[in-house]
Amino acid sequence: MFSYRLDHLRELESESIYVLREVAAQFERPALLFSGGKDSIVVSYLAMKAFYPARVPFPLLHIDTGHNFSETIEFRDHWVQKLGMNLIVRNVQDSIDKGRVKEEKGIYASRNALQTVTLLDSITELKIDAAIGGARRDEEKARAKERFFSHRDEFGQWDPKNQRPELWNLYNGRKQQGEHFRIFPLSNWTELDVWHYVQKEKIELPSLYFSHKRNVFERSGNLYALAEFMKMAPGESASEKIVRFRTIGDITCTGAVESTATSLEEIIAEIATSRLTERGTRIDDQRSESAMEDRKKQGYF
Amino acid sequence: MNSLKADIELLRFTTCGSVDDGKSTLIGRLLLDTKNIFDDQYASIKSTSEQRGSSEVDLSLLTDGLKAEREQGITIDVAYRYFSTPKRKFIIADTPGHIQYTRNMVTGASTANLALILIDARKGMVEQTCRHAFIASLLRIPHIVVCINKMDLVDYSREVYEKIVDDFRMFSSRLDVQDVQFIPISAKFGDNVVSRSSIMDWYEGTTLMFHLENVHISGDINHIDCRFPVQYVIRPQQDEFHDYRGYSGKIAGGVFRSGDKVMVLPSGFTSRIKRIDSFDGEVMEAFAPMSVTLLLEDEIDVSRGDMIVRENNAPQVGQDIDLMLCWLHEKKLEPGNRYILRHTSRDVRCMVKDIRYKIDINTLRRIEDEKVFGMNDIGRIQLRTTLPLFFDSYRRNRNTGSLILIDEATNETVGAGMIL
Repeated sequence: MFSYRLDHLRELESESIYVLREVAAQFERPALLFSGGKDSIVVSYLAMKAFYPARVPFPLLHIDTGHNFSETIEFRDHWVQKLGMNLIVRNVQDSIDKGRVKEEKGIYASRNALQTVTLLDSITELKIDAAIGGARRDEEKARAKERFFSHRDEFGQWDPKNQRPELWNLYNGRKQQGEHFRIFPLSNWTELDVWHYVQKEKIELPSLYFSHKRNVFERSGNLYALAEFMKMAPGESASEKIVRFRTIGDITCTGAVESTATSLEEIIAEIATSRLTERGTRIDDQRSESAMEDRKKQGYF
Repeated sequence: MNSLKADIELLRFTTCGSVDDGKSTLIGRLLLDTKNIFDDQYASIKSTSEQRGSSEVDLSLLTDGLKAEREQGITIDVAYRYFSTPKRKFIIADTPGHIQYTRNMVTGASTANLALILIDARKGMVEQTCRHAFIASLLRIPHIVVCINKMDLVDYSREVYEKIVDDFRMFSSRLDVQDVQFIPISAKFGDNVVSRSSIMDWYEGTTLMFHLENVHISGDINHIDCRFPVQYVIRPQQDEFHDYRGYSGKIAGGVFRSGDKVMVLPSGFTSRIKRIDSFDGEVMEAFAPMSVTLLLEDEIDVSRGDMIVRENNAPQVGQDIDLMLCWLHEKKLEPGNRYILRHTSRDVRCMVKDIRYKIDINTLRRIEDEKVFGMNDIGRIQLRTTLPLFFDSYRRNRNTGSLILIDEATNETVGAGMIL
């Protein structure tokens, strides 16, 4: 007998496609925030599925810190062509040049937090009313509280204590002029779900996710990639190691892990038995216990 | 152990408890004993526990989310947690037991297959337990598990457990609930959570984990009445797909096959399904909760908010809607108030015609003389809509029987309705 039951990946896929179509129906100027990481790759892939055979009715938006891995940028340009989507790039460097933000100093300097200003400025400039992102609730404790449709006030701020209730799958995207929404189609996916899906659908990923040789240096338990704008402290030294990245942000906030996993099967096996959380390699989260919540309230993803 | 398998079932459940009945500890225990806790997470709660002068690792710290929650030691909003075993992936909607209890519980319950109700063995049934059971039945969560927790503090007494089971049964006999299981547990020490209790040998039932992994959920979805709310019309502006006009959406009930004779509401036009499309190719049979695209044989006018159904099995069509309502906002609801109503993919305006009664959820008595709903009130009302809705009773189909009310001025979601 035929069983009318979807396995969990197909159920998650269907839910995400439903959310993406709901965005296209409820908003006038959505954009999909694209970082070049696996989650935003999967969201853009799902968008392609959701509107097939038509083109995805919104562009990709990349907020470029200028400190990205060259592999990420190469992959981004290749992927955009493959999907036939439009890409809009806004640069943190421009925000710095305009005096909108001030570059951090010292060996811990990162443009991660500066991105928020560039993002909010782009949302205003491009009149974006729905910014779609790949954030998942399992990633981080503040993200566990997110809605699929998450309201932002006219300052782009999140008020986690006063969110709209979200019932069944009836998403309320109504808003006042100047406000916008953040949309999270992968809310219910876990890291492992994303990897299983990538494997099942044979989705291309940047080579950074797979094991390779790289010059890295160690700082407070994290392995940083060596790059021209990465300053080493006295006493720190770089060496070549076999590593891969479990998450991809910009170089200043993404730690590498030592790994020999070169295939999806090996990566999935590694993650399934991993004793550390995914964002354990994210230096941006380690700044304080509520680092993510504080940044999210300001308008970060 | 995280599952390596890619094809497992998904079970969504909601947890309801009162203050201090060990709900967070239980969730922490489930995560820990199924090896879904990472070393860095464990190290972090261990150090926090030590800082606070506790000799044991406080598992409840695993579920704290917001800064205010950590500071005040309370849960403010629904939080979602994820874990998996080789058999199933679980999504927990973890709802706080105290402030805005109804609003949060209703939210968590709306998507759940199963409700997990916690009772402190020392206290037995309390007012909150009654509320939780009532809301679970109102939202028609198909399965309920009552965990009688802190058995370690009542000497693992069978009498205490059985008294609570009797009390719950007495109360729930007045509710519409089908499947209720009772399990005596100690979340703190892990008895009957994932592993069987070596002390409570008098208990012959399953552990909580076994139940969560095996409860039969495939019968929870309506596969009889065909309902397809049109969500978005797909019209590629490319030569290759010149005449393509697809109606995309998520199937809300029933099974659709190509060749089926269908009717479109509200127009009443009929046609046949030419093809059921997806990115991965043609779909032979589509059923809830699949997201697909339907193509029809005839060119008829169909847009978002319309519903495609089988001609011989139509939903109710009407503008006078009788429903159970949970009010979620401080601004009161009164007869004569107007709201935006969202039902499936359809937005209409509506007016409150009448408040029939409110329910005292502690006693289940009807209150008929209060014609106003405040935050967290539940009761029966009647609405008149500007345009017809195509609906089923919530009992028959949760997708086509549910609606939300939106305040026209603030755009906030203020009410959750279940059509009678």
